[in-house]
Amino acid sequence: MPRSDFQVVIGLEVHAQLLTTSKLFSGASTSFGGAPNAHTSIVCLGLPGVLPVLNQQAVELAIRAGLALECTVAERSEWSRKHYFYPDLPKGYQITQYEFPVCLGGRVTFDGADGEKSVRLTRIHMEEDAGKLVHEGSVSLVDLNRAGTPLLEIVSEPDLRSADDAVEYLKSLRDILVWIGVNDGNLEEGSFRCDANVSVMRHGSNTFGTRCELKNLNSFRFIKQAIEIEATRQVEIIESGGKVDQETRLFDPQRAETRSMRSKEDAHDYRYFPDPDLPPLLLSKDRIEGERAKQPELPRARRRRYVEALGLPAYDAGVLTADRAMSEFFERCLAEVGDAKQVSNWFMGELSRLLNESKSTISQVKFTPAQFGAVLKAVKDSVVSGPGAKELFADLFATGKEPSVIIQEKGLAQVNDDGPLLEAIAAAMAESPKNVESYRGGNTKIVGYFVGQVMKKVGGKGNPKRINELLVEKLKG
Amino acid sequence: MIAALGKALAEKSTTSLETTTTALTAAKRDTFNAFLAIDEAGALAAAKASDERRARGATLGPLDGVPVALKDNILTEGVVTTAGSKMLANFTPPYDATVTARLKAAGAVILGKTNLDEFGMGSSTVNSAFKPTKNPFDATRTPGGSSGGSAAAVAAGIVAGALGTDTGGSIRQPAAFTGLVGLKPTYGRVSRAGVIAYASSLDQVGPMTRTVEDAALMLEAIEGFDAADSTSSDAKKTSWRESLRSGVKDLRIGLPREYFVDGMDPEIERSVRAAAKQLESLGASIVDLSLPHTKFALATYYVIAPCEASSNLGRYDGVRYGHRAADVKQLKELYERSRSEGFGSEVKRRIMLGTFALSSGYYDAYYRKAQQVRTLITRDFEQAFQNVDVVLSATSPVLPWKLDEKLDDPLAMYLMDVLTLPCNLAGLPGLSMPCGVSSSGLPIGVQLLGKRFDEATLLCTAQSLESALNLKQEVR
Repeated sequence: MPRSDFQVVIGLEVHAQLLTTSKLFSGASTSFGGAPNAHTSIVCLGLPGVLPVLNQQAVELAIRAGLALECTVAERSEWSRKHYFYPDLPKGYQITQYEFPVCLGGRVTFDGADGEKSVRLTRIHMEEDAGKLVHEGSVSLVDLNRAGTPLLEIVSEPDLRSADDAVEYLKSLRDILVWIGVNDGNLEEGSFRCDANVSVMRHGSNTFGTRCELKNLNSFRFIKQAIEIEATRQVEIIESGGKVDQETRLFDPQRAETRSMRSKEDAHDYRYFPDPDLPPLLLSKDRIEGERAKQPELPRARRRRYVEALGLPAYDAGVLTADRAMSEFFERCLAEVGDAKQVSNWFMGELSRLLNESKSTISQVKFTPAQFGAVLKAVKDSVVSGPGAKELFADLFATGKEPSVIIQEKGLAQVNDDGPLLEAIAAAMAESPKNVESYRGGNTKIVGYFVGQVMKKVGGKGNPKRINELLVEKLKG
Repeated sequence: MIAALGKALAEKSTTSLETTTTALTAAKRDTFNAFLAIDEAGALAAAKASDERRARGATLGPLDGVPVALKDNILTEGVVTTAGSKMLANFTPPYDATVTARLKAAGAVILGKTNLDEFGMGSSTVNSAFKPTKNPFDATRTPGGSSGGSAAAVAAGIVAGALGTDTGGSIRQPAAFTGLVGLKPTYGRVSRAGVIAYASSLDQVGPMTRTVEDAALMLEAIEGFDAADSTSSDAKKTSWRESLRSGVKDLRIGLPREYFVDGMDPEIERSVRAAAKQLESLGASIVDLSLPHTKFALATYYVIAPCEASSNLGRYDGVRYGHRAADVKQLKELYERSRSEGFGSEVKRRIMLGTFALSSGYYDAYYRKAQQVRTLITRDFEQAFQNVDVVLSATSPVLPWKLDEKLDDPLAMYLMDVLTLPCNLAGLPGLSMPCGVSSSGLPIGVQLLGKRFDEATLLCTAQSLESALNLKQEVR
């Protein structure tokens, strides 16, 4: 970490792949993997004569992201060409948004070390991804599967003041994007990537230092590590009387260092200009408001509601909203049962355990919220015992059969009739007159022994509460 | 001629196969260097298919069985398409341009690909990497350009019609030089998908034919919205032949002062003014008119077109297709040598100009300023069209020059486009048609410009003028 009189200043640029089925300007598939160049078309290959045609699904996702991140969605934005020569860029330019991006402003809120924080966004724009080069010995091979994949670039203001906050910001941003179905949040496959602009300044200063852009940050751990290492490097330069150069630096996790990739002087002149093949992107108020009307409750708001309105512990609320599908299923089960605490207990306990054991996810469960409601009702109505309920639920989880059928098949129904219970009580008392005497002599704890005996006689299916009541009555004589 | 040939085919006085065979023979002789490629097998197969359709009574329309040629920057699946450049000398497209597909769907027989200035950059067809095309009216002179090959192929009578492309006059000027009708449609009326881009905001495909009616027939086959081109318009398709008959009575025809430039050939000026008189005698009124920003059009064009070209031509890098330098050791060398070897000097000149004008620090002074002036030029026309229906001028201020003239002076060459460029900058439809012959026997063209998407009025005016002039221009 930087020496204590220095403050690190961080701004982040996130590239999030939009969850479309086809590319931003062509019909080629966006699926990950596949044989090299299998997911390409004449458009992604940049053949002569091809023209881009905008994928409207990508536009919808961009609007959705903009609204979720509290941006102003622009009614008019523009496509530009960004030029450079590299074999992974078939047209010699990337289509991106430059002067007029699709979203302006916005913010991301997260829980930092000292409470809730909010980071302002500068802008969000859409662009197409490049392909990649595979180096094999002395040859380099081009794979254009990724070329043309739609990306959102989300640029933050330099509002972050620690590496930990940077990570929390990214997690919160990722949670939102995944929650609204815009991105899959996968850092390893590169569908959620981040570059960090890092500078340092003395505490109390309001002049930012010279920044460096860090690249190759493909895990949260690396992001934290890279920012801290870079901040320390910059502080050391300043402390020893030097000057930080504005440059792009590559993070090397093996050596735990950042090193210069290119200086400001080597920076490309991208020669941006509006793409004459694409008309400006015009979004009507109706279209934007239509998307707004479809916005789901976001994870932070939902977490807060679970705590404040449903009375759930913060931890439970966090677990239940960690995943949109889990939360939605919880909501539907809650609608059947009505008791949030009770539903939450089942989700946090039995359901989590069964999901873990079966290595499955909530979207794979075989039972319906109505069936879940039926299990809890069976408990409430004393149809099954507590342990019986767990057995019933486990079977429901495994098979998805109707709870009433499972109760019958497994013989899980409790004996609630006094008749058989009284018979069993009489038999148990008759078998153990000594213990009856003991009870009557004041050893009331012995009632537990009798409950066990009676339960055994009714095959474990007696309602323990009723057995207890009847026993006390009979033992008292 | 398309309409006449259509009639002959309908009356069974000829067959498509017979016509196509004749055309192939002529194309192979090709003394004017009109063609870069002849698709004999494809043409014969298409001709036979057309004759079979006709025998079944399933003829597709007026182009069915008619041999046509395409400028070689229009992609043809399976047939080499070079854009007149060494860069694409061996490029065989895996798909048809939309206009190619539409011509095929209309039953047209695509005979071959015609010569052009490399990537459409030029006004003479001398900038072809392969050979210069000659003017069928005088083989020592240029047919104009960049669609010079298409012009020569039609003027020489090899095909009845051809497609050209027009970025700053490349259909109209060669049409004027070879006594043809050439139509640049409104920007967006014809799809650019599958057309090798020169300057995307200016390029447009259009017909080059012997008669106005033929131009209308070809336009009808190729126009219309195309989902593959985001700049194509869904403007209503019209039956152009209907509109040909409405005449010019009460039409207001404007003669822009600025288009009768100093240095204009006096024979051309006389001929063009006579054409205007002719229209007046048919009931049109002639209006004097000013388009004040005309003098900036040339500079504006030569910023915007090279900017777009420098970007559009970035894809020719030797990596995936096209010319690739041999024995390359490093990536940078691959780019530098492939592009240095693959492009000709005029293309390089425009790439350099565009790259410079888009550079950081120069963008506002050049590209942005040029776009602003472009808006002013467009407004000139919008205002003019409040008072007139058609703007009339010469197509070219000069007659076809000798093939070896002007080669060393690009600026003098650029000046030749001064009357055709503003139409592209404003996205308007423009038509050139013959209006006379010089004392030296060279064709003279008159240019008609119309309101956006008002090709109907242009074609109708042209048809009236054509009938009234009743020129008999044949290649000597």
